[in-house]
Amino acid sequence: MSALAINLEGVSVARNGRAIVSDVDLEVGRGEFIAVLGPNGAGKSTLMKALLGLVPIAAGRATVLDRAPVQAGSEVGYLPQRRGFDHATRIRGVDLVRLGLDGNRWGVSLPVTGRARSRRRADRHRTEEVISLVGAGAYAERPLGELSGGEQQRLLIAQALIRRPRLLILDEPLDSLDLPAQVSVAALIRRICVSEQVAVLLVAHDVNPLLGYLDRIVYLGGGRAVSGSVDEVITATTLSRLYGAPVEVLHTTDGRLVVVGQPEAPHHHGHRHEEAAA
Amino acid sequence: MNPSLSLNLVEDVRQLFTFQFMISAFEAATIVAVLAASVGWYMVLRRQSFAGHTLSVMAFPGATGAALVGLPTSLGYYLACGAAALAMGRAPRGRRFGTQTAVIATVQASGLAAGYLFLSLNHAILGGPEALLFGTLLGITQAQVLALLGVAVASLALLAVVARPLLFATVDAEVARARGVPVKALDAAFLLILALAVAATSQITGALLVFALLVAPPATAQMITMRPLLGLGLSVAFSLLVAWLGLGVAYFSIYPVGFYTTTFAFGLYVVTRAIRATTASRRARARV
Repeated sequence: MSALAINLEGVSVARNGRAIVSDVDLEVGRGEFIAVLGPNGAGKSTLMKALLGLVPIAAGRATVLDRAPVQAGSEVGYLPQRRGFDHATRIRGVDLVRLGLDGNRWGVSLPVTGRARSRRRADRHRTEEVISLVGAGAYAERPLGELSGGEQQRLLIAQALIRRPRLLILDEPLDSLDLPAQVSVAALIRRICVSEQVAVLLVAHDVNPLLGYLDRIVYLGGGRAVSGSVDEVITATTLSRLYGAPVEVLHTTDGRLVVVGQPEAPHHHGHRHEEAAA
Repeated sequence: MNPSLSLNLVEDVRQLFTFQFMISAFEAATIVAVLAASVGWYMVLRRQSFAGHTLSVMAFPGATGAALVGLPTSLGYYLACGAAALAMGRAPRGRRFGTQTAVIATVQASGLAAGYLFLSLNHAILGGPEALLFGTLLGITQAQVLALLGVAVASLALLAVVARPLLFATVDAEVARARGVPVKALDAAFLLILALAVAATSQITGALLVFALLVAPPATAQMITMRPLLGLGLSVAFSLLVAWLGLGVAYFSIYPVGFYTTTFAFGLYVVTRAIRATTASRRARARV
């Protein structure tokens, strides 16, 4: 077992023949908390899907928990980018969390044998444990559709954690949350990262709610990536070099960072239907 | 002897089971109720009622097409429902449900058009369109009951095997896919299970009534509970209640079985909905 959760060497990912990111080098240590930043369309989600083995790697070498991405499956917890559950979703949070544990088991296990009964007890115990870990005990029995975005997000993190993964990939978990919820979820992830010794890769488009909780960041832009500490990467020099265009970084008096002038990724009209189908 | 309702319940029940045709009808209704309510629970949760409805009207091209080429009617049902399920399974799944709905609607329209064509081609009367739409619950043979039982056991066994991954894929497709659940294959498999269930039951209950059992009991159950197992159980219980009650009442009445079954199913849904609305508003007031 190496000390690395993720090791990428010169990795390129393409979709529909179009290069999304090229030549990415990245090392993520076990138990590290890393944010993946960059403008919309920079390929953050695609890179995460490549790490999960859902999108093939076009070039380079990628190891996730010492294996090829496809094989790391059960040791990686994943929270996809989403819009949240709508009001009509008739399922309880606790059932959703539990599905993370047994949702891929075929057949029915009737609690008739001692083994099936003790397995069921263990499953229930683990579900309760992980729900209290994210502090969702008060509302886990309520329908998902009636919960706030932050409450749903905590339950989804619990679901991603239930199998004791060694790596957690969270795609925009702070998206669509209000600012206090963003900060409290960021704090929760930091706490879990330390207490469960799990490496976290968190995709975000704003670094500010995460400041103070992160170990390092990866910044994607212009099809390439740079990584390092926040102070090393989010600077006018680094980002301008990444984009090949002048970019400014402003520091507000309350310690927030504002990136000005970063070019948005070019839009490719006509690809939208393919993305929806993917 | 004409059945007459007395005040003696024991006597009424004895009367109900005097004739073999009523015993067969109860057996068939029981099988249909369990099958439709179980498959229907997933269908309602997956919001595929429209697909279910389309499958149930496929009985029309199925029966008329089979008559045209000289196949057994029941085989026509299975072929038409299966073909429709495969066609709908090709519809792209995703956030944009619009395309999916359009594909299903197209399948439905083509199916009905084909059925109409088959009907006009062979001029044969298939026991009347009434039986096709509203069933022949009172003329069922033991052989039909056994065939129905076979299909029901097979479909339910299949459903039991995929039960949990199917639930996962239904509520959380993307995470399920990342966990190695074959979401696309399950989508297709569920449509086929649904087609099997619909084809089997609509031969007995008619194309329109299978839909009443497929939707109303699960929808009622899902209003009452969110627990998957309890919900499935309640759905089956409601479905049995509605089917038995409809058959029993129709026996003593001049009106058809289908009318009672559907009305009871609808009544149950409306009453449950009203109760839920009042308790919800009371709870909301209590919170304020």
